Amino acid sequence: MSQQGYVATPPYSQPQPGMGALSPPLRGHYGDPSHSAPPAGIMKPAGPLGPTAPVGALPPGPPNSGAHQFGQNGPNISGYPQQRFPGPPPVNNANSAAPPYPPPSHLPPASYPSPGSASAAAQLGHQLGAMQIHDYGPGMASGSPGILAPPLAASFQGPPQLAQPSILQPGPQMLAPLPSTHNGLGATPSLPPAGRQDGLPGSGPPAASFPSLPLPGQPPGPGYPPQQGANYGPPQMPGAQLTSPAGFPGGPAQMAGPMQPPKKLDPDSIPSPIQVIENDRSTRSGQVYTTNIRGQVPPLVTTDCVIQDQGNASPRYIRCTTYCFPSTSDMAKQSQLPLAAIIKPFATVPPHEVPLYLVNHGESGPVRCNRCKAYMCPFMQFIEGGRKYQCGFCSCVNDVPPFYFQHLDHIGRRLDHYERPELSLGSYEYVATLDYCRNNKPPHPPAYIFMIDVSYSNVKNGLVKLICEELKTVLESLPKEEQEETSAIRVGFVTYNKVLHFFNVKSNLAQPQMMVVTDVAEVFVPLLDGFLVNYQESKAVIHNLLDQIPEIFADSNENETVFAPVVQAGMEALKAADCPGKLYIFHSSLPTAEAPGKLKNRDDRKLINTDKEKTLFQPQTNIYEALTKDCVANGCCVNLFLFPNQYVDVASMGLVTLQTGGTLHKYNNFQKHLDSQTFLNDLRNDVQKITGFDAIMRVRTSTGFRATDFFGAIYMNNTTDVEMAGVDCDKAVTVEFKHDDKLNEDSGALIQCAVLYTTISGQRRLRIHNISLNCSSQLADLYKSCETDALINFFAKSAFTAVLTQPLKTVRDILVHQTAHMLACYRKNCASPSAVSQLILPDAMKVFPVYMNSLLKNCVLLSRPEISVDERASQRQLVMSMDVADTQIFFYPQLIPIHTMDVKSETLPAAIRCSEERLSEGGVFLLANGLQMFLWLGVSAPPELIQGIFNVPSFTHINTDVTSLPEVGSPYSQKLRLTMSNIQQKKPYSMKLTIVKQREQPEVVFRQFLVEDKGLYGGASYVDFLCCVHKEICRLLS
Amino acid sequence: MATYLEFIQQNEEQDGVRFSWNVWPSSRLEATRMVVPLACLLTPLKERPDLPPVQYEPVLCTRPTCKAVLNPLCQVDYRAKLWACNFCFQRNQFPPAYAGISEVNQPAELMPQFSTIEYIVQRGPQTPLIFLYVVDTCLEEEDLQALKESLQMSLSLLPPDALVGLITFGRMVQVHELSCEGISKSYVFRGTKDLTAKQIQDMLGLTKPAMSAQQARPVQPQVQPFISSRFLQPVHKIDMNLTDLLGELQRDPWPVTQGKRPLRSTGVALSIAVGLLEGTFPNTGARIMLFTGGPPTQGPGMVVGDELKVPIRSWHDIEKDNARFMKKATKHYEMLANRTATNGHCIDIYACALDQTGLLEMKCCANLTGGYMVMGDSFNTSLFKQTFQRVFSRDFNGDFRMAFGATLDVKTSRELKILGAIGPCISLNVKGPCVSENEYGISGTSQWKICSLDPTSTLAIYFEVVNQHNAPIPQGGRGAIQFVTQYQHSSTQRRIRVTTVARNWADAQNQLQHIEAAFDQEAAAVLMARLGVFRAESEEGPDVLRWLDRQLIRLCQKFGQYNKEDPNSFRLSDSFSLYPQFMFHLRRSPFLQVFNNSPDESSYYRHHFARQDLTQSLIMIQPILYSYSFHGPPEPVLLDSSSILADRILLMDTFFQIVIYLGETIAQWRKAGYQDMPEYENFKHLLQAPLDDAQDILQTRFPMPRYINTEHGGSQARFLLSKVNPSQTHNNLYAWGQESGAPILTDDVSLQVFMDHLKKLVVSSAS
Repeated sequence: MSQQGYVATPPYSQPQPGMGALSPPLRGHYGDPSHSAPPAGIMKPAGPLGPTAPVGALPPGPPNSGAHQFGQNGPNISGYPQQRFPGPPPVNNANSAAPPYPPPSHLPPASYPSPGSASAAAQLGHQLGAMQIHDYGPGMASGSPGILAPPLAASFQGPPQLAQPSILQPGPQMLAPLPSTHNGLGATPSLPPAGRQDGLPGSGPPAASFPSLPLPGQPPGPGYPPQQGANYGPPQMPGAQLTSPAGFPGGPAQMAGPMQPPKKLDPDSIPSPIQVIENDRSTRSGQVYTTNIRGQVPPLVTTDCVIQDQGNASPRYIRCTTYCFPSTSDMAKQSQLPLAAIIKPFATVPPHEVPLYLVNHGESGPVRCNRCKAYMCPFMQFIEGGRKYQCGFCSCVNDVPPFYFQHLDHIGRRLDHYERPELSLGSYEYVATLDYCRNNKPPHPPAYIFMIDVSYSNVKNGLVKLICEELKTVLESLPKEEQEETSAIRVGFVTYNKVLHFFNVKSNLAQPQMMVVTDVAEVFVPLLDGFLVNYQESKAVIHNLLDQIPEIFADSNENETVFAPVVQAGMEALKAADCPGKLYIFHSSLPTAEAPGKLKNRDDRKLINTDKEKTLFQPQTNIYEALTKDCVANGCCVNLFLFPNQYVDVASMGLVTLQTGGTLHKYNNFQKHLDSQTFLNDLRNDVQKITGFDAIMRVRTSTGFRATDFFGAIYMNNTTDVEMAGVDCDKAVTVEFKHDDKLNEDSGALIQCAVLYTTISGQRRLRIHNISLNCSSQLADLYKSCETDALINFFAKSAFTAVLTQPLKTVRDILVHQTAHMLACYRKNCASPSAVSQLILPDAMKVFPVYMNSLLKNCVLLSRPEISVDERASQRQLVMSMDVADTQIFFYPQLIPIHTMDVKSETLPAAIRCSEERLSEGGVFLLANGLQMFLWLGVSAPPELIQGIFNVPSFTHINTDVTSLPEVGSPYSQKLRLTMSNIQQKKPYSMKLTIVKQREQPEVVFRQFLVEDKGLYGGASYVDFLCCVHKEICRLLS
Repeated sequence: MATYLEFIQQNEEQDGVRFSWNVWPSSRLEATRMVVPLACLLTPLKERPDLPPVQYEPVLCTRPTCKAVLNPLCQVDYRAKLWACNFCFQRNQFPPAYAGISEVNQPAELMPQFSTIEYIVQRGPQTPLIFLYVVDTCLEEEDLQALKESLQMSLSLLPPDALVGLITFGRMVQVHELSCEGISKSYVFRGTKDLTAKQIQDMLGLTKPAMSAQQARPVQPQVQPFISSRFLQPVHKIDMNLTDLLGELQRDPWPVTQGKRPLRSTGVALSIAVGLLEGTFPNTGARIMLFTGGPPTQGPGMVVGDELKVPIRSWHDIEKDNARFMKKATKHYEMLANRTATNGHCIDIYACALDQTGLLEMKCCANLTGGYMVMGDSFNTSLFKQTFQRVFSRDFNGDFRMAFGATLDVKTSRELKILGAIGPCISLNVKGPCVSENEYGISGTSQWKICSLDPTSTLAIYFEVVNQHNAPIPQGGRGAIQFVTQYQHSSTQRRIRVTTVARNWADAQNQLQHIEAAFDQEAAAVLMARLGVFRAESEEGPDVLRWLDRQLIRLCQKFGQYNKEDPNSFRLSDSFSLYPQFMFHLRRSPFLQVFNNSPDESSYYRHHFARQDLTQSLIMIQPILYSYSFHGPPEPVLLDSSSILADRILLMDTFFQIVIYLGETIAQWRKAGYQDMPEYENFKHLLQAPLDDAQDILQTRFPMPRYINTEHGGSQARFLLSKVNPSQTHNNLYAWGQESGAPILTDDVSLQVFMDHLKKLVVSSAS
């Protein structure tokens, strides 16, 4: 509502003489009704800095939740120190306590950067509020950033170097935050001292801090002017710098002091994702959302509602980063807002919504525009009494084919408008004719091939037996068309270690036949008839086989495996059978046997933080790329289940999976008793999924813009055809659009996504999704129609694609920079005039920074040797195919308090923010990110709760070595398990449950998911990041 | 004094040897003027029920280059316990075991009736026989079923401890593991990729102990530890498994689209079979038995592409150099054959199909290794079934009629040298003093390896007289030749058979009549024919024919009696009288005429011609024709169109075919059903008589001949008509319908014309 969106008042506001001038605007914000909900939060922010005083003052402002404001107040020197210390303490202290010290040694030169980094939050405060900082700020800019924290600083400031001069002014702000965001730990100590010195040379700080408290209240406004002044007053800086080193020694000690005082930036005052989600839920949940309006912004992915297709594709199929495109490319450039759509063509539709209609235009095939080949859709305008129609995409006027002719009614609509899905709906399917089939022959039904690694370790840990047992039941539920009795999908079986074993399970055999292919250098399929069989027909033989496989290899002591030949074999088998299909590969080790695609152990931590780091995300040999190409060409989708005990080079092995639209599942250190359930659920889920095979997607747009980049589990052979050997209900493709020309505001921007694919029963179909967006020449319209979740999905995918080609630092810099740029553009063009020091966020992007920060902290983008390369590669891969809902929860996990939940209520307990502060010793919390689940138990969690959940008397009796909760009859247990299954239900991956006790070792892992806090392996806290972004915005604006 | 005929016959029965000349011209010059070379047909393992083997080692001449075996021709000094080698004249001490030797107490090898003697020696471990079935699965269902049954049946015929293995092939090649429970397991190879022996062994997971040592001295049968292999198992252990496995054999599961041949990887299958045995059982008696129902269509050794519209090569294509796969395929199979032979294994080819199967390219596999080649129309015929069964027939001792890994060592008196041999063997390249520089057949060696032998396997061995013209008739007046055959008996014993023969020398200038009288025209005809056929493999047909003609003319000039320029005066003595006729029929035989034969058929015929004994070879050259009538007992009649009479039943045996032909009247009678009338029982008997005789032949012959029962005017009568001498044709119309007999529609010359020309040329002074 408020054009301004979110205005954050830096908590650090420090009263300064001149600041009063500024305050008014701030107040204005607060008072402004337009600012929505968060007010409460806002108030708080002020609290930390200028503690209570401001709070009191601000409250009034909050009325509107829409806009949050950080009160930015005249920073005070004294304020800084305080803030800094307080800010970081919770998170930082824990992690950073140690690190801070080391840096000091380097102090002289490096000190600045590092310190800055340390207490990001604190610094932010400075910048925002305190211009004083500038003193050292400049110094830092010049000297420190480069030196000490080069990586850190650099990463954030990809641009900085260029901008350096400009930075200098805001510099202080810039610098400080940067370091902190990255790995503030080391730096913290140093900065604070500096700050203090600046502000209050000598011992002043403590004292200063206190004084500052009061200031904040009033200061809000005044803070800014000084800042600027400061900025421009570089001269001082050098001096400041010099001083800083001296300050260090005292630093740590001082920190302790400051902490107690309430200087901290109150996290409640900054935009809360939870709040945003809940707001959307409360306003839109349970309602019917009809897609009849062009450019309307759908409810958030976290909100449940019924969607009714009335001419635009449901947001389940397509979500856009913005529902209003800028009308010119200049505008687009100016805002740097990515124009993208996240398309999930096979999204599952809940049972109470209408499934897609199937349109059959007979032998002549779907009606298409002669020029641009767009399919008949609601955007076609019928003219001349229905004899012609004008294509909404290219404006070409086409004749209506005779069989398709229909008269128009008085408003120019065909009489059969509502009888034809393709005229009235956003999504529908066409029956494809032979012209749309490979070689003009109707396709065969797909086949699934199960390929099991039977090397020693897999046999030993019982995995082979587990898989074989499970397949017996899984195969009963192969997907089928609703009207069919049995599935048309045929199945085949291969086992392998260093060589491949194919099995003939033809129904008329008394016993299965095993055929060993040892020629892995040039692998081939040894049989056709009898390899791919109908499960129901060959059930007896297949069961016989599955019983025998574990025995046959029981004595195997073969440790080496091959991989590429396995994929190749599966692909060749499908090719020979002339059908598309999926491979299910169950693999455990690095393929070191002599064969194509042999891999070396290259878990090379030396490369981390170098320009060559990107190679760790690329396959070792180009064989995998060639293999991928073949697989895609033959409609072979590769699903990979990895059970690694050590490095397996996911980057190489996963490539085929990623680019064929397959799914990668990884179970580290698989232990049968712990991980079976997760794995089996995944397997079942995957086998039962409805999948489209041998698919080609084409995204057509109306004139003026076009799809330029595609991200996802896809393969691109040219620039327009998105090839997917397989595409299932969880795979989403993110498409970026660029302007060709000016867009017409009247006609808007139209997008048609057509997917040609083969169904599980072997029919060739076209699935069409259409969506229309608005166009506007007003930037404000853009920002109003943004969707943060979609933006994050886009940024995640584009960044994770960029890591293949660019140094990670550059990638991170670009993200930060673009974030700042987008926000700055908003600030500049859309927000009502206000003090530069105010952080004003568009309403629709309120929580963008916290998500972005979480993305930046994702292990893929963190160059840390502690994180295994495989883990990073696999996460990268997973994210590439995620849809908006998946990325949302992945980057901002759901944290649910269990101890407070109402066991009688049907609804999910409300989530809380992902920060340690939200945890309590007496609580129990459930955290889920779509891949993993944690149940965190506070040391003093109520015994009855523990009894209710675990059926053990006390905290100490809880066995954390389990992955599922016991079925205790208690309401707690039932409710908790119901909650867990509810969360699980909507997610593509089965989440493994880890039970974490407070203050025990595994808690470290858990903490990584508290994304608002400073990361264990670096990565700024939310507050720090916000400050950093703000600083950058200020820089851009100035 | 017995006649030469009796002498020859006796020699053949005792020693399995027939010489072209039984009195030898004493000088090189004279020998060359004899035209027909001094040569013999040797049947090394001729069955000798009357010859019990002796159970000790032969005594060898101590001269390292000689090593001849003590034999009845040696001079023995009983008192000094010395013997003189009759080849190198080395004097040798008897070994201690012979201490009790005396004129009245002679060891068997010194007795004249033991000119052929067999020793059983104990050498090395005894390895069981190995049978590796290589089975084509690209067959019609019916054929495959029949083949499976034959194979299953064969398991019961094998000795229980024999090792068997199974390789099947179609588009892929599968090596079956035989000892699997619950699941049948096989290793599969791509049919298009040739693999080295080492690759094959690696891929099959076979260990290969001391391979290098093996390869270094492949000649010597090495002591080979018995390696158990998953792929070769004793019959008694796995016959149930294998029976089931064979029972479950499916036709090649790969679809064959319209207008295509099935993809058949014969080349790779054979290569794998060879590699498998090479790695596991080198130098052990082993048979690779290839059963194929069509031409190899892919991979190394492919003979024809899979497009049906492109027919398999014909002689016409070959002459035009249009057989694009032939050279490469032949090379592949030759490589395999040589490797197999080096390892002492053999390859049998059982090719049953209506069209050609690539025998032309594959022939060397059987030819060089002593394997069998059987060609039939279908596996579902008695021809194949019985032939295959006969492979496992047993002799009077109950032993298989097969021997393995033989080496034939030939030693000659100084006046002779060895030119070469023609037969199912390869050279061992042992150059000794008795090896001639000149080359006939497989030459340049005094030793040959014959990987597989049966009691009828016969080699032609050619000699050269090196005595100079002026030198006196050698000492003792006799030349001697010793054949030493070491082999693995089917009972897995190692045995050595030694045959020592001697013939008199004669001075051709003044004793020509002796030499002439001792001419064995049958042997000579076969020996010349083998030379001709051998040449035909590498030379143009017409050249060979011209060469044969020239030889015949020269022989007639040398031994005929005639006045110059007077053809009518030409006469040949009895010992030569049949020779020109043999040559006439040889010229028309499928061994030299490719017209009307496919390349496969030619290869098949030539294969058998190069290994059968004299009697069978003669039948092949000049088929036998018997006539049955009411006029008297069955009688052999001339192989001539004049023998085809209306009231006769003819029985023709060409070795490859048995044809029963009912004359026109007989056929009408039979049609009228006279044989069923009690009063015409004699007619029934007449009809039955040739059938019974044919049965006798069918029972014994290997491979089983094609059995043709036809009548006047029947389409199959062509088999008879194409063989008989066309004395009456549509050309000599004067005879049309006047004389008895049946005219043959051919432009071939008749024997009469041939003889007329021959005479003319012989007496002509121009030649």
